[in-house]
Amino acid sequence: MRAVKRDQKTRIALTLNGRKLAAEAEPRLLLSDFLRHGLGATGTHVGCEHGVCGACTVLVDGVAVRSCLTLAVQAEGREVRTVESLAAPDGALNPLQAAFRDHHALQCGFCTPGILMSFTDFLARTPHPSEAQIREVLSGHLCRCTGYANIVEAIKEVASSSHAPRSEG
Amino acid sequence: MKPRPFDYVQPDTVDEALALLAEHGDEARILAGGQSLIPMLNLRLIEAAVLIDISRIAELDTIRSDGGVLEVGAAVTQNKLLAWPNLARESALLAAGLPLVGHFQTRNKGTVCGSIAHADPSSELPLLLAMYAGEVVLRAQRGTRAVPAKDFHKDMLTTAREPDELIVAVRFPERPRERVAFREIARRHGDFAIIAVAAAAGANGAVTLGVGGMAGRPVTRAVAAHDAASAADAIGQWAEEIKGYDDLHASAAMRRDMFRKLAANVVAEVAQ
Ligand code: FES
Ligand code: FES
Repeated sequence: MRAVKRDQKTRIALTLNGRKLAAEAEPRLLLSDFLRHGLGATGTHVGCEHGVCGACTVLVDGVAVRSCLTLAVQAEGREVRTVESLAAPDGALNPLQAAFRDHHALQCGFCTPGILMSFTDFLARTPHPSEAQIREVLSGHLCRCTGYANIVEAIKEVASSSHAPRSEG
Repeated sequence: MKPRPFDYVQPDTVDEALALLAEHGDEARILAGGQSLIPMLNLRLIEAAVLIDISRIAELDTIRSDGGVLEVGAAVTQNKLLAWPNLARESALLAAGLPLVGHFQTRNKGTVCGSIAHADPSSELPLLLAMYAGEVVLRAQRGTRAVPAKDFHKDMLTTAREPDELIVAVRFPERPRERVAFREIARRHGDFAIIAVAAAAGANGAVTLGVGGMAGRPVTRAVAAHDAASAADAIGQWAEEIKGYDDLHASAAMRRDMFRKLAANVVAEVAQ
């Protein structure tokens, strides 16, 4: 049983984008802040800090979650993936990122990391979604630049391309 | 914002969790998916001396269908229940209502039991539990009890859970071959509903109607639905009885209006 006092720091070890890392945190530290300040992975953005905007969405064990509604200590031993994992090591964009660029699906880019991570999870589970399904998942994100139409177009392109293996949609 | 400091404990078993609850009582908060609790902590609407994180207790992360009852453990997420193979056939109303709980991203972490424990009057899961006349299984070191939905949800954010008790599971009686409808009005899809309305018709044609967001807790009632006019009368009368309430999102009168319209729709949907 793990127990950590409020003012005590505990060592949290996790796998971030394939690398095993560890840092110290007190119990109240949010995973979003742990990623950005503890581990230096600033690709994950923080907007509302109460689960509404979706900017902070990351994958924990392959599943898209709000990192601002997860405590860092809860990520112990987990596999965390952030937007930094999407492009190839040489910087080449992956198909989802490339489609966002091609469709002008990002303007300021504040909401983009979270949306990319949500759809990384969703398209892995549902490779050929309907537009209604795409919009339903996108409703978990706020884009202050209101670029939703282009975001939907970008995701539709990836969903209908051969990048995604065909299965039940 | 960031939460105020708290002690954190992560028990490995239910027994350990119960010992912690016996020790800390209402100083402690149970953390399961955290999709209601952590926003409130971040906004500093509430404070907790101790958070007891039950999300890794394996024995709570189980769904069982046994003797016509679907039992959902306290660590089971909403999306995990949605993916349960026989859900649409045996528990059609759950399959209809669950996709309206929060968003895809919050259902990945938010638990079924946590939403029921939170007891927001307009949220979907308490209404679903009431519609199924389900029960909540509460365990403490002194014993286990199963509390019917109508006794569990007492009022806004208020339940029958005692400070030393842990919700270990909720039970939904399975209802195959039921015709169902679930509708809600929210400012945006995935936001908290202003009101949520459900209807279910069994093989004998009897219609049960339920509503969340009209009273401090979800309420249900059997309605006569042989024709649209008598259904509308029954709904109108019920709307006056439960009254609704005023808040930021809608006045009581607007809630009654929404209820009359949505209720007539869902009853018509299941009555054919
Ligand atoms: S910062 Fe996490 S949802 Fe807005
Ligand atoms: S691109 Fe600016 S917030 Fe979405």
